[in-house]
Amino acid sequence: MDSRLGSADGVHLADKVQIAAKILVVGHFAVGKTTFIGTLSEIPPLRTEETMTQAGAEIDDLKGVRGKTTTTVAMDFGRLTLSDRLVLYLFGTPGQQRFVQVWEDMTRGALGALILVDPERLKDSFAVMDLVEKYGISYAIAVNYFDGSPSRSEAELREALDLLPETPVVTCDARDEKSSAQALVALVRYLQSRTRQE
Amino acid sequence: MTTPQEPDRDDIETLESGELVRPYVIINGRGFSDGNRFDLVTLVTASADSEQRWGQLDPEMRGVVDLCDGGYLSVAEIAGHLGLPIGIVKVLLVDLAEQGYILTRAPIPPAQLADIKVLQEVLDGLQARFG
Repeated sequence: MDSRLGSADGVHLADKVQIAAKILVVGHFAVGKTTFIGTLSEIPPLRTEETMTQAGAEIDDLKGVRGKTTTTVAMDFGRLTLSDRLVLYLFGTPGQQRFVQVWEDMTRGALGALILVDPERLKDSFAVMDLVEKYGISYAIAVNYFDGSPSRSEAELREALDLLPETPVVTCDARDEKSSAQALVALVRYLQSRTRQE
Repeated sequence: MTTPQEPDRDDIETLESGELVRPYVIINGRGFSDGNRFDLVTLVTASADSEQRWGQLDPEMRGVVDLCDGGYLSVAEIAGHLGLPIGIVKVLLVDLAEQGYILTRAPIPPAQLADIKVLQEVLDGLQARFG
């Protein structure tokens, strides 16, 4: 953790910060999103929970609200002050299609998304990739290598995840600051190349 | 992460709000959509004279103003520190802004966020910080 650009009290932002940017760190359950965010954040990661009324609960309308199913979706996030005027927030949430409000909130104004994948559970990443694409968010894939994960060739990964040729694929260890930062750097470079093209 | 809830419990929101009051009560029964002008990363601070009028506020609103008194924080951080759902915090912020207790940094339009300058600044910042 580095507080050179942070505020004196470690809680609030430095006085001159004007711009808040947002990058999403998404992936399936237990893929390492919270670890990744915690590794890079300058503040202890925070969690917020949103109460959701599940879609499809209308069938119970005759019984009133007591019949509805509520559930919570948790969002973990961290903060990185990157210059005198700019702060970057990293938001992580699981990819469940039904949490529309959370996804709308998260994706509004987001620069891009880093999709963390577990090479042993590639199929579990499909749902979250669908969501990121549906919301039109540019993304890079970061393969989070756990201890003992067998290496898989990039070509195999690309084929399994059906990636566009230009989509970056990087490997990282979410517990390691340097490799996690490199994954973000790869994403930002890709976003730059896309912005230039437009 | 999801927690399946028992379908016939009506007091689940009470547990989730971290307070012994249902969020619906905290926001005086107002609709959640009122908070849409606040983004997750809208930066908020307490206004200069908020402390003098602090006593007139509900406890939850006082909590927000108190937290924001030392400088700017994002909406998401306010929710995280206070243990309140984002939707509730947004509605509280709308009221507090209307009454002049809080100030926000002007939101950056999404078009400008994708600006090549912002991306370059993010890149430079990451590289300066992590080498």
